[in-house]
Amino acid sequence: MQLKDLYQGFRHPETIHTLAKSIAEHAAKVDETINIMEVCGGHTHTIMKYGLLQLLPDNINFIHGPGCPVCVMPKERIDHAAALANLPDVILVCLGDMIRVPGSKGSLAKWRSEGCDIRPIYDPLDTLTIAKENPDKTVIFFAIGFETSTPMTAVLLDQAQHQGIENIYFHINHVLVPPAIDAVMAEPKTKVNAFIGPAHVSVISGAKVYQPAVDKYHTPVVVSGFEPVDVLESILQIVKQRTENKAELEVQYNRSVTYDGNVAAQAMIDKYFDVRDSFRWRGLGPIANSALKLRDEFRHRDAEIIFKEHLPTTLIDDHKACQCGDILRGLANPVDCKVFGRGCTPETPLGSCMVSSEGACNAYYRYGGLTAKKGTSNAK
Amino acid sequence: MPSKSKTVQLSHGGGGKEMDQLIKSVFFNAFDNPILSAEEDAAKLNLSGPVAFTTDSFTVSPLFFAGGDIGKLAIAGTVNDLAMMAAEPQYLSCSFIIEEGFAINDLKTIVNSMAKELHKSGARIVCGDTKVVPKGCADGVFINTTGVGRILNPNVSVKNIQPGDAIIVSRDVGRHGATILMSREGLSLESDLSSDCATLWPIVEQLVATSTPIHAMRDATRGGLSAVLNEWSKASNVGIDVDEDAIPVADEVKGLCELFGFEPYDLANEGTFILAVPKAAAAGAVEIMKRYGNCEHAAIIGHVTEAHAGKVVLTTPWGSHRYLDLPQGELLPRIC
Repeated sequence: MQLKDLYQGFRHPETIHTLAKSIAEHAAKVDETINIMEVCGGHTHTIMKYGLLQLLPDNINFIHGPGCPVCVMPKERIDHAAALANLPDVILVCLGDMIRVPGSKGSLAKWRSEGCDIRPIYDPLDTLTIAKENPDKTVIFFAIGFETSTPMTAVLLDQAQHQGIENIYFHINHVLVPPAIDAVMAEPKTKVNAFIGPAHVSVISGAKVYQPAVDKYHTPVVVSGFEPVDVLESILQIVKQRTENKAELEVQYNRSVTYDGNVAAQAMIDKYFDVRDSFRWRGLGPIANSALKLRDEFRHRDAEIIFKEHLPTTLIDDHKACQCGDILRGLANPVDCKVFGRGCTPETPLGSCMVSSEGACNAYYRYGGLTAKKGTSNAK
Repeated sequence: MPSKSKTVQLSHGGGGKEMDQLIKSVFFNAFDNPILSAEEDAAKLNLSGPVAFTTDSFTVSPLFFAGGDIGKLAIAGTVNDLAMMAAEPQYLSCSFIIEEGFAINDLKTIVNSMAKELHKSGARIVCGDTKVVPKGCADGVFINTTGVGRILNPNVSVKNIQPGDAIIVSRDVGRHGATILMSREGLSLESDLSSDCATLWPIVEQLVATSTPIHAMRDATRGGLSAVLNEWSKASNVGIDVDEDAIPVADEVKGLCELFGFEPYDLANEGTFILAVPKAAAAGAVEIMKRYGNCEHAAIIGHVTEAHAGKVVLTTPWGSHRYLDLPQGELLPRIC
């Protein structure tokens, strides 16, 4: 089997047209607007990149959710990374995309150009090699991401423990999807009445984590894969639920996601992490129980504790004109924002949603225009 | 004895005996021609009529990759820039900045690969310079090449693209970028993927010789296909429509892009060019290109339009549209 066999069928033009037609037929029976929040930035990217909005009827709208790990990191956390990178004999290791996210005094790419040793990696386990090759250095892994990437950090910590590699520390910024859904639904003005559930996150967490949202808010949640056929099939499942006035949890991405998820990975996460009382999300503000930290017994590896005196404590909000908060709550669309594409571009992002390719504003900026036509009316 | 040294020393850049030995034994030996071996302060050239003139510096890491090395790249790159102006590559300069401690055998390999690549266009290196910098001040070897060539078709220009033109790509896109990424990211993927690095003059020479009415040509180097089409749409103030299904991309390149979250259209090429010709001449041009070497995948991928001037619009295989934008910033793998 080749890699292309895994995705080609999910980009099959005839299948895409058939699904789009079926969605239109079913949506015609619904006399309301279905406002679907795709929680995960990967789905935002799929919808925009493959021009799926152009294939859908007018009463299906997308509201782009807060599921982009790079986007939801507040500037003060990036400032932490910069402060750590500026300490003597420190190598700061982070996942690739993180390096261009601006903090209050510039991005990690800028600090790297000024001589800080900052290494973007693809596989967190590369940190082990870096630490072994540099025994005299303090190697700090700046960990970000949702449930998808948390197990990789846990495995890194597990390996560091087992191999006795003492010079690896962790700055943990892992966040959780369900509390973010609750934060969106806590907004009285929200128009969201259906969710597309994340793909990779759900592989780890299982679909079970969305059952409370289905029960509490009476909204359909369909866990979807990232390919165009996946997303369209999920939309069809949502529309069918609306026509039958149902609100159920379904898994479209059943080739990878089970109800219970990856139990071994969950155990690994539990072994090394605790839930934080509160975490401040960029654009959304503080959300209770929405992020993780290292368990107390690993405090000797927790960079937030060990290097506390060097870490700035000032909270930094986005530019006043930036509407990322409203966009992440589904109250505004990227094109509604006054600075979108003017003061705020992927090269000089003012707000979180423009930063990563999975952010809503970035996807609109990159693929927008043609694709975003329908989107302009989403949140009005 | 310095001459027995297996690595390049600072003394090799000092202007003395060691430097003379290095230049004679490595560079003159490989690039031998009467203008170079005259050893004047500057090369004497005979030029007449319109001449194209270009320069490029090469800093690739790793220096040796599947399908080429920095030497092949340094020749093909500059020769291709001349070829893209429908200019016959004639004379090149080459400057080396070498890091102290660099293996002389590696240097010889690079220089020999340059000499081999020069044969493909007939261009000659007629002057050069060598500097050696202390360890850590360069990454192995940096090479600059500058070239001049006689323009055979003065009408080829990025400003000459017209509505109704067909857009042709000479082969599958993204190979060089994908090959370099794969060797850098250390994913230990097994693949036969190799760079497209090649001299394009032999193909261009045929297009010119057959009087193909070329409006514009550009090799899709950094920024890939996306960058060329966007630059063209702005330079000629036209819109460009591209059919995604028609763009040739190798399965390996597609696979790597899926893993890392890249677009094959954003990845660099080093032996792939884009051509704008009047629609009526497009099929003939593709036929000529296919008959030559690496161009069996040459394809018409789109056309130029008066609509959406300055923008490139990609049509997906299922008929939706999106802008094909310029790639931005460092190419970094996505997080999840």
